[in-house]
Amino acid sequence: MALMPTPSQTVGPFFHIGLSDDGRAELVSPDDPDAIRLWGTVFDGTGEPVDDALIEIWQANRAGRYAHPEDTREQIPLEDGFAGFGRCATDTQGRYEFITVKPGAVPGLGGALQAPHIEMSVFARGLLKRVATRVYFPDEVEANEADQVLGSIADPAERGTLVARGEAGALRFDIHLQGDQQTAFFGV
Amino acid sequence: MTLGREESQVAQQVTTGSEVVGYRRDHDAVDPPYLHPDYVATRTRAPKRPLIPLPHTLSEITGPVYGHERIGELDHDLTRQHEGEPLGERIIVSGRVLDGDGRPVRNSLVEIWQANSAGRYPHQVDRHPAPLDPNFSGAGRCLTDDDGSYRFITVKPGAYPWKNHPNAWRAAHIHVSLFGPAFATRLVTQMYFPGDPLFFQDPIFHSVRDPRDRERMISGFDLENTVPEWALAYRFDIVLRGREATPIEED
Repeated sequence: MALMPTPSQTVGPFFHIGLSDDGRAELVSPDDPDAIRLWGTVFDGTGEPVDDALIEIWQANRAGRYAHPEDTREQIPLEDGFAGFGRCATDTQGRYEFITVKPGAVPGLGGALQAPHIEMSVFARGLLKRVATRVYFPDEVEANEADQVLGSIADPAERGTLVARGEAGALRFDIHLQGDQQTAFFGV
Repeated sequence: MTLGREESQVAQQVTTGSEVVGYRRDHDAVDPPYLHPDYVATRTRAPKRPLIPLPHTLSEITGPVYGHERIGELDHDLTRQHEGEPLGERIIVSGRVLDGDGRPVRNSLVEIWQANSAGRYPHQVDRHPAPLDPNFSGAGRCLTDDDGSYRFITVKPGAYPWKNHPNAWRAAHIHVSLFGPAFATRLVTQMYFPGDPLFFQDPIFHSVRDPRDRERMISGFDLENTVPEWALAYRFDIVLRGREATPIEED
């Protein structure tokens, strides 16, 4: 017999107590030759930065393998110490920042490779359930063009909200929860 | 994380073909909407554009695995994390984490946080003039066992005021965060207590539209798990989304 899921509720303003991001914003050492800095600001519908949001990311390693038992592609190596999960609370300026690596491409529908991407969840006071999005990479123009998920978004401006911007040696990915510039969010 | 027989078979189904086995989308009918105007903070934070349906690929059916991470011996016992014991009514909160087919979700991280017995969080943003308790931090975590069971020892959280509307009080609750096996199964919810007189005016509780769904966020008094002359108990079972594929029956 199917059981219905337990409903979602907001993390509220005090999640820092229980959802520790201690040490989780660095998925790799900043000294890693492939290390990238992925950062951004979370904005609400009035354009104010959201200083009480929690960002989580999930990604494959640089070779394109998820550290998960259902990714059984043994031919692609796992990486010691790379779990693929990151968590960061926004600061007083509404900013988050991760140190990670660009993931390799992973298969999508029908086995075609997807463009490299990072899965992202945003939790906050005032969000009764998470918003889920994906971060794509600006140096993957061709792969992004061919990506089925990006391709399913009709409006080019909306599609563009999912591609991080290269800025001063870092990748910037702002999140607009609401408004004209709203980030594309997925029903997962 | 070691895989049981059922999970191995699912894993095989998932990766032998080019299509993966996704998760059911029945949570859509259960979860609150983003915009629930009675909860004022949703007005400027709720996305307004429709969500883009995301097919489940390898990226969505995988997720963080915590089985290898060390959980401290006392992380599940919020009453033994300091020199002395916290004030308040000691309680045991336990239950099972199940998937939508009633199967246990094993070795999965459960994180909780809550106010102290006076209704105060040890957080700089909390200005409620109720006492902090030097013996209570209000955070716990544990992994589910092979049966999907978890267990915390804590104190009953107090109700606390907030500024959402005149004389607004949150119904007493414990925040609960779960990962389950996949990015798709991530869930943060709140566990409430039976018979709370504050439910009627709590817009967060009422953001869940169907009263039967709200009911499933309310723990049950759990006589069986009380410890005589020591602690009362509440039971809270949590259901994460089920898999699309027909589950393989156990022998």
